[in-house]
Amino acid sequence: MLQRGLATGLPIMLGYLPIAITYGVLAKQAGMSLSELTLMSVMVFAGASQLMGANMIAVGAGALEIITATFVLNFRHFVMSLSFMNQLRNIKLKWKAPLSLGLTDETFAVAALNPKEAKMEKGVLFYTAIILMAYLSWILGSFLGGVLGEVIPDRLSQSMGIALYAMFIGLLIPSVKKELKVGLIAIIAMLINAVCVYLGMSTGWAIVLGTIIGGMSGIYLLKEERA
Amino acid sequence: MIFLIIIGMSLVTMIPRIIPAFVVDKLEFRDWVNRWLNAIPYAALGALIFPGILSVIPERPYIGLIGGIVAIGLAYIGLNVILVVIGAIITVFLISM
Repeated sequence: MLQRGLATGLPIMLGYLPIAITYGVLAKQAGMSLSELTLMSVMVFAGASQLMGANMIAVGAGALEIITATFVLNFRHFVMSLSFMNQLRNIKLKWKAPLSLGLTDETFAVAALNPKEAKMEKGVLFYTAIILMAYLSWILGSFLGGVLGEVIPDRLSQSMGIALYAMFIGLLIPSVKKELKVGLIAIIAMLINAVCVYLGMSTGWAIVLGTIIGGMSGIYLLKEERA
Repeated sequence: MIFLIIIGMSLVTMIPRIIPAFVVDKLEFRDWVNRWLNAIPYAALGALIFPGILSVIPERPYIGLIGGIVAIGLAYIGLNVILVVIGAIITVFLISM
């Protein structure tokens, strides 16, 4: 199980390293020390909000502003956690609570698309392996970015910005091939998200609304096979 | 100061993540709520992909779009996620030259 989890989590590592390195470089430029920027990865473990945090520190924003923005941006994890914890009902709280802390967009996507393991014996190790691997590569990548940021050419690190999106696509498409309705749910969520962004909503809330309202389409669309 | 920011960010990130771990056992969801929660992964993926992907290279949104289309193609023919990611990175690298 542990090994299967590591293999399943490998793409997250690949997606995280470039983003984490980018974060490390930016945080260093924002004036954070190496230990501060690494500590932020250890304690926060949320890519988008750390990048935002580093940016805000660079422009001299206040602590309260940064913390509020982080809350808004990360509230989507509440929805994801609710869905994930519902999937993990058979697993004990002493495992569930630490696993919930390791929930990110990526670990959620990978874990949630592998629901069978939650019912298997030692299945908890599968999820633990995915999350630990993501967590460690995130911390390592941030540290590396802080140390050797200037060595990486700009254009390469910029191109790597596609990595996480490509991973989300790579995760979604096999499910869509199996069940077309799943693609419809995703497209509805995309459109709601896009409309919210267009109306001037912050990215965080737009994703929350896209996920919640888009997910509602599943109440009707997933009716037959899961009832 | 930065240390304070880190602690604050850490708390507001942890709290929404961990609350469901404690409440979900106490709740018995109706069938439609379960279907809703089961759809959340797909909805979340959709919302995370678009329109965010357009900002890969913010001044040229079509580059992210092309990278995404390549990723869809690679995933559709059944390649492993890692190869999908590498393929998309190479595509963006080449067309942004």
